[in-house]
Amino acid sequence: MKIINYISSAAMPIVILVILLYGLTEKKNVFDLFIDGAKKGLKIVIKIFPTLIGLFVAIGALRSSGIINLIINLIMPLLNLLNIPSEIMPLAILRPISGSASMAVATDIMKNFGVDSTIGILASVIMGSTETTLYTIAVYSSSVGIKNTRFVLWAALAADLAGIIASVVICRMMS
Amino acid sequence: MLNIIWPIFIIISFIYALLSGNIDNVNNSIFQSTSDAVKLSVDLLGTVCLWSGIMEIASNTKVIVHLTDTLKPILRKVFPEVKPDSQVQKEISMNIIANILGLGNAATPIGLKAMDTMQKENKDKDKLSNSMIMFIILNTASLQLIPTTVIAIRNSLNSSNPTQIIFPVWVATIIAAITGVTVTKILIKLNK
Repeated sequence: MKIINYISSAAMPIVILVILLYGLTEKKNVFDLFIDGAKKGLKIVIKIFPTLIGLFVAIGALRSSGIINLIINLIMPLLNLLNIPSEIMPLAILRPISGSASMAVATDIMKNFGVDSTIGILASVIMGSTETTLYTIAVYSSSVGIKNTRFVLWAALAADLAGIIASVVICRMMS
Repeated sequence: MLNIIWPIFIIISFIYALLSGNIDNVNNSIFQSTSDAVKLSVDLLGTVCLWSGIMEIASNTKVIVHLTDTLKPILRKVFPEVKPDSQVQKEISMNIIANILGLGNAATPIGLKAMDTMQKENKDKDKLSNSMIMFIILNTASLQLIPTTVIAIRNSLNSSNPTQIIFPVWVATIIAAITGVTVTKILIKLNK
């Protein structure tokens, strides 16, 4: 377990280090580049801010009204079959459909169950290891004007499901 | 997509709250949620700007070229129909590298360019080719080295170890990607 934590902790500094060394050996103005990039980052956050407000309100309503518990209870048997913790289910359902919505749900889960709890870590791992499948398929296919996407959705959803189950197994092993 | 999901979430919640007497809870949560979103965005700002800056340096150095070279053997296996050293192969590997480095804004434009190039060689213009399907699958696999957004969120929620998830994310991503590629390969064979 210590090694896993060490690799996780070392990954970020090492990536930054390698990139900086590349920049310096190629005599790039690394600070100017950094500033340019950081400005783009600012734009990204401004762009997602309205989405966050809208979705936080909607998801807050789902939670506080109590309807989310009703839904979870309805699909509980299926969850138990797949050994997926029920708390994670709203995230697993939303993840392929909407990046910003699933991010809001994941944040909500981390806040409510504790960011370092098993459920909190599981939500983080699912967010980090999966992508907004439907959006990606739609954007890439429509960009070349193709409507017949053959079996791509099924293959992508199979990959998502494998990723979620793998996340559950790994997080169980970690805790 | 959200034009449907968002109103449904709100409508069913409000109706359920009215019927079940939870309406005060819902009122409180509306104000709580907006201030939560503001707090999160302010916290995200720092980490996202930092990583965008670092990745801007990366995309201006040869680190990208070197990574592309190491990808070639894998690409030959995953994309048997793509000619080595062709324009398509370059675009595919640039897209994968951008994904791995978390340059989402760079990955999508390059990816769309690759789709365009593949469409030119596509025999049936109305259907995705095998290579296109494989390419889309890889783009849905979230092949990101550092899951920066999640780390930023964990950090903003005062996690004692925000980066703890990196290694588990790698394992889950690789399992998802291998599953996607394998299922695609099998379905391509079955569809012949």
